[in-house]
Amino acid sequence: MWDVLKVRALVREEGLKQSMRVFNWKELKILHGTGEYLMFDNRNKRNLTRRKALSLLGVGAGSIAVQAAFPTRFAIGGDAKIKIGTLLPYSGTYTWLGESITNSFEQALSSHGGKLGGRNFELIKVDSEAKPPKAAGLTNKLIDQEKVDFIVGPVHSGVAMAMTKIAREENMMTVIPNAGANQVTGPLCSPNVFRTSFSNWQPGHPMGKVLLEEGKNTAVLCYWSYGAGKQSAEGFKDSFVQGGGKVLKEIGIPFPKVEFQAALTEIAAIKPDAVYVFFAGAGAVKFVKDWAAAGLKDKIELVGPGFLTEGVTQAQGDAAEGIRTTLHYADTLDNAANRKFRAAYKRAFGKEADVYGVQGFDAGQLIRAGVDSVRGDVSAQYDMIAAMERAVIDSPRGKWVFSPAHNPVQNFYLREVRGGVNEVVRIAMENLADPARGCRA
Amino acid sequence: MDWLSLIIQILNGIQYGLLLFLIASGLTIVFGIMGIINLAHGSFYMIGAYLAFTLSQLTGGLFTAIALGIPLTLAFGFLLERFVIRQLYHRDHLQQVLLTFGLILIFNELQQILWGGEPKSVPVPEILQGAVALSDTLSYPIYRLFLSGVCLAMAATMYVVIRYTRIGMQIRASSSNQNMLNALGVNVRLINSLVFACGVALAGVAGILAAPVETVYPGMGEQILIVSFVVVVIGGIGSIRGAFFGALLIGVTDVLGQVFLPSAASIVIYGVMAFVLLIRPSGLFGRSE
Repeated sequence: MWDVLKVRALVREEGLKQSMRVFNWKELKILHGTGEYLMFDNRNKRNLTRRKALSLLGVGAGSIAVQAAFPTRFAIGGDAKIKIGTLLPYSGTYTWLGESITNSFEQALSSHGGKLGGRNFELIKVDSEAKPPKAAGLTNKLIDQEKVDFIVGPVHSGVAMAMTKIAREENMMTVIPNAGANQVTGPLCSPNVFRTSFSNWQPGHPMGKVLLEEGKNTAVLCYWSYGAGKQSAEGFKDSFVQGGGKVLKEIGIPFPKVEFQAALTEIAAIKPDAVYVFFAGAGAVKFVKDWAAAGLKDKIELVGPGFLTEGVTQAQGDAAEGIRTTLHYADTLDNAANRKFRAAYKRAFGKEADVYGVQGFDAGQLIRAGVDSVRGDVSAQYDMIAAMERAVIDSPRGKWVFSPAHNPVQNFYLREVRGGVNEVVRIAMENLADPARGCRA
Repeated sequence: MDWLSLIIQILNGIQYGLLLFLIASGLTIVFGIMGIINLAHGSFYMIGAYLAFTLSQLTGGLFTAIALGIPLTLAFGFLLERFVIRQLYHRDHLQQVLLTFGLILIFNELQQILWGGEPKSVPVPEILQGAVALSDTLSYPIYRLFLSGVCLAMAATMYVVIRYTRIGMQIRASSSNQNMLNALGVNVRLINSLVFACGVALAGVAGILAAPVETVYPGMGEQILIVSFVVVVIGGIGSIRGAFFGALLIGVTDVLGQVFLPSAASIVIYGVMAFVLLIRPSGLFGRSE
């Protein structure tokens, strides 16, 4: 019987009877423009029972007729808490990213008297362990057992792929605060999935332009040859090669190997103008140190997306000095939102905030914008999504908005390591959007 | 590719292989002599690296870290054998794998609590800083040459000890027939303790020595563990000589694979392992059953 609830249905606000049928999102969007809509899904059965004013006139295999008189939204919300599930790594290599995101996410949510759209909320923290094989099970657990209203996560792109596929099918409101897999806002893009970080394509893209502007026309690419590394290299090539630069060689290193001596020997023999690398964490520390130890530091320019020098400059020491990277954030960005955010973070958690914290903070701001717009009625998913799409996020990284595929359209900064700090040199590209290849939203 | 680059690449491979030997030798003696599959061996490597980080911060140098690290890791291995590993001698491999896998989880969690998730770095001692110029763009860090030298010295020492000393003879005998050795009045328990402690210390020292070039980070042990097992299997289980040549073979193969077969770089060493096992099922220097 209730399978009809699996379809997204429609009713006229004026209370006219109209038969429901299956709509896809595109149609729904068009209809929204006329003010005619209502949707619910299998996850929100309880919302239907609350909607006493909706009288179901007929329940059939494919169509039901509905008469509607909308109750006020506030009444729908009731006293129940809004449930937000976080699917983030709380153990393993990425623990500090998960903690950083959670800290600032909570910081953003607790700002307005600790309420979202007038309702209380609770966080249900689930440890993703950054393990893709566990992602599907944990996502289902959050949706089916915990019955959360939002999922926030993950850090790891492999986890994101598995999670997003389910979130799409289940129509689960999802905000991704880090994982950069292009697919999530590409072929897998979905109205209910938002990303507040970046696509892997984005951070490397401005670097190609920067190099060409300085007359550096040849490059060798060296990266971990898995999803993120390859997509980052694509982003770089899309600006570098199309602008007339030449890629002399691409060296893929199996992830997560950190033995770079062979690659350094090859690079030294090729002698390009610049080397673009994608490594993060321990790999970034080791590559930068090996690079300096091999005497290449002052002979060939080493560049990359900001992860090369993000949170690791202390471990890299002198070897990192002068390295230039592009990223959507830098600790030293001079704007009011950033100063306020960093001061509050340090006060609350006793340490410096980082780019992952910024992404978590913006995830919190985004959810607040969505839930506030429907005054706590999270079942009004369509309105909420519309508000989130329109949101201008006043982020520590500078104001940004969403692309149609729900990825940030944001500034990318050219940064240089000076005294162990990523100092902003200038804006490398303004309002850069991911090309969202394969997204049919 | 010119000849100079090729020679440098082979040198890179040998240098990587020597480091692998240091780790794999500890694994192969524990495996070959005591019959214990020790999955936690990589963790000892990681512990050594973190010890290097903490000790060199406390004492101000890598050399003091090595001097303190060797007795510490020996003692740690001794205690671990006494209270944990000893339970495993008469059990099957599955239980050994389970217990030592559990140890990995415990050590990783302790590592998170003690040192956190961020990568750490250990400075190269001042007298070993600097580099030797190999070509107009490339130079070779002196510390890496020093590392290779130490690995060679360790290999030679192990060879002499096992081959020409009384304790070495007992260790070899212990790997052939422990009951007979026991009947002859040799304290087999002590030999086992000693061998295990030495195995732990070898991995620990490898970690300490590698820390300045490898960077210290969570999970570094698991990565090296798999390659070490490949080395041990290729060389022949329990054979130090096998571990030595196996490690060099893997080191050179890995580097050349990355240069000449970049698309298949991650599987080349496993291909070599399969090939060796096809021709010599018990490894290059293994005793056939």
